[in-house]
Amino acid sequence: MLKKAFIFALLFVIAVMLFKSYRFAGPDQHLNEVATRYAEKGPQEVGAANLVTAVIVTYRGLDTLGEVTILFLAASIIGFVLKIRNDESTAYNPKIRKASEILATAATVITPLIFLFGIYVFINGHLTPGGGFQGGAILASALVLMLLANPVKKVNHRIISVVESISGFSFIILGILGLLLASGFLDNTIIGLGDFGELISAGAIPIIYIFIGLKVGSELSGIVSNLQETQKEEI
Amino acid sequence: MIITIIALILALAILLLAIIAVENKKLVVAIIAAGVVSLFASVLYLLLSAPDVAMTEAAIGSGLSTIIFFYVLNKIKKERKDHA
Repeated sequence: MLKKAFIFALLFVIAVMLFKSYRFAGPDQHLNEVATRYAEKGPQEVGAANLVTAVIVTYRGLDTLGEVTILFLAASIIGFVLKIRNDESTAYNPKIRKASEILATAATVITPLIFLFGIYVFINGHLTPGGGFQGGAILASALVLMLLANPVKKVNHRIISVVESISGFSFIILGILGLLLASGFLDNTIIGLGDFGELISAGAIPIIYIFIGLKVGSELSGIVSNLQETQKEEI
Repeated sequence: MIITIIALILALAILLLAIIAVENKKLVVAIIAAGVVSLFASVLYLLLSAPDVAMTEAAIGSGLSTIIFFYVLNKIKKERKDHA
């Protein structure tokens, strides 16, 4: 009771503070210095129609590499923790309920479309909203649908590991190529910028984003498939 | 103007669902409420002209996170049965 009262009092104080700042401040009228720089120089320097992608992959590429590394660590730890239990009991659990016919039938039609959409999202990340992380998550969603429709299906972890390793390694290789052939780590001008707004444009950004998409997709898929396999344990 | 009204409705719905997610005794309801909060948040991001963030929130927040929570919930239930 006392704890709840404290929580609500705290929330009330936060709400008052937010209301005050909202009432007196209002939205910014001008971009700050960094944002102005991105908005004015970005298109000609980087060549990406989607400026958000330009920032994520090139201007703050090192930060993105860190993000991918953190996701890799999370997926690895989950796999490690759940793997130990699987070793104790890998017997097939006959009590798992079969998926409904509607779900199984719909999945066969929808899953390929979701895969295609995910691939589209990270291939076009430099032109339209979206990119590697969004596309990768959508790919993982397709896998989730497959697993829900076929609860006893076993995912090939080797394929996931290979895709993950190759794409992560390639990401770093492209970064190093930036050091050797262009003006810095992960610089996208190792390839010509091409025509602004075309599919083949923005230098190495689409290639990097494809690798990020595959890596994020395989990592999230690994997390989900590890969790799904724990459902098969004997009760 | 219409967008402002829609945004306000979504914001209130998010607050309500957040309270439901925290207070509800049934974990299934709490998980679904949390997922819908993410879904409405992604729509809000879209209204705030941030489509990249909206896509991320929709795919991971309301999609994958909810599924992962359900897997974990299922596992918790099994462990409780084992120890009962």
